[in-house]
Amino acid sequence: MEIPYTVTARPDTGLWNAKVGIWLFLASEVMLFGGLFSAYVFLRLDAPPGHWPHGLLNVPVGTMNTAILIASSVTVVMAWASLKMRKFRAYWWYMLVTILCGLIFLGVKLAYEWPEKFHHFGARIKTEALEKYEPYLGNKHLLAKGKEPRIEITGHLHNEKALNDPNIDEDEVALDKVNAEPTNPESDRPHFWPVHHTDKIAHIDKKDVEFAGMFLPSFSTYFATYFTITGLHGLHVLGGVLVFIYLWLPVGANLYKRNPEHLANRVEVAGLFWHFVDLVWIFVFPLFYLL
Amino acid sequence: MNETQEPIGEAAAVPADGHAAQAAHDEHVAHDVSKHIRGYLMVGLTLIVFTAITVGLSYVDFGTQKANVAVAMLVATFKAALVAAIFMHLSNEKRMIYRILIFTVFFVLGLFFLTYLAWYDPIVR
Repeated sequence: MEIPYTVTARPDTGLWNAKVGIWLFLASEVMLFGGLFSAYVFLRLDAPPGHWPHGLLNVPVGTMNTAILIASSVTVVMAWASLKMRKFRAYWWYMLVTILCGLIFLGVKLAYEWPEKFHHFGARIKTEALEKYEPYLGNKHLLAKGKEPRIEITGHLHNEKALNDPNIDEDEVALDKVNAEPTNPESDRPHFWPVHHTDKIAHIDKKDVEFAGMFLPSFSTYFATYFTITGLHGLHVLGGVLVFIYLWLPVGANLYKRNPEHLANRVEVAGLFWHFVDLVWIFVFPLFYLL
Repeated sequence: MNETQEPIGEAAAVPADGHAAQAAHDEHVAHDVSKHIRGYLMVGLTLIVFTAITVGLSYVDFGTQKANVAVAMLVATFKAALVAAIFMHLSNEKRMIYRILIFTVFFVLGLFFLTYLAWYDPIVR
């Protein structure tokens, strides 16, 4: 059966069908991500002072991933343009680069960024115990400067098993620089290059802790929203890559031989989805990594 | 943006010598597309430059955290507009697409407005 309007425009819409289809789908995607972003805004606006952390993500790596995603948006539009100009070889190469960019983006997220968080420890100190940990928090210094207080001590937990062991009543932590030198003016603001944890050790009594653990979604509102939104975005990247691989395999070449315009339109539609995924990341990156 | 400006209903009237017309059409489109390639590369470069600007501005103190968020969102909106207008061809698209997007904009703004109302006037027990 011949499917109508894959390359010619439908008289009433003025468009081939898939183009209308993808835009309706993207409209629903805007609502999906819109809901999550509005949740982010709501949670962040209502976070009590000190409860929205800064500088916990790796900014250089995030910047690199942003550039990779932008580059892939360029290559996918070039792949489409190549098909329009009937240059299949060029299409094939541009598509390959797009696929690789998507895979690098996902690889960096799943093999590096997320696992790094899963091994980063934090302890949120109870309000009544904040005074006791002042040497690690430097809140008098921050108050004098009119800055938000610190309520978390972060770093490398020496014994991860101790976390849930009822016989061990304190967590031994190699402190992050911000808690090792809390009154150092350099610690007032996050920095571009991430700093490795220091050799300075702190013992945090479990009784003084409101919540302690690794940087998992359960750790804080910030990480819950971070993992939800970047996770859903990552799924979109994966979906896009799978579609691109399908179009890049011999299936694409065969379609090109039968009807090159049909393949060009399929690439255009997949590309529209990809640009949308890029567009979402343009907002995700500053909201979570920088601000 | 590379759609040629044909009146709605063009497809219904394919001429008898469809092949020749299609070939002429293809050539026209290929020429049209090749004109835009430089533009695509420039937009890609602009987006990367503005990513660097976003990162740089986040280390500048604009007084309050809210001001920093506003500046970053302004730059992000500009970047998103570039992607939508050029890469997604929205600067020159058929009316049907804009009709769909008008509804989308309306509903997503409504969604954010509801969030704003919930924050502005919370239900407190």
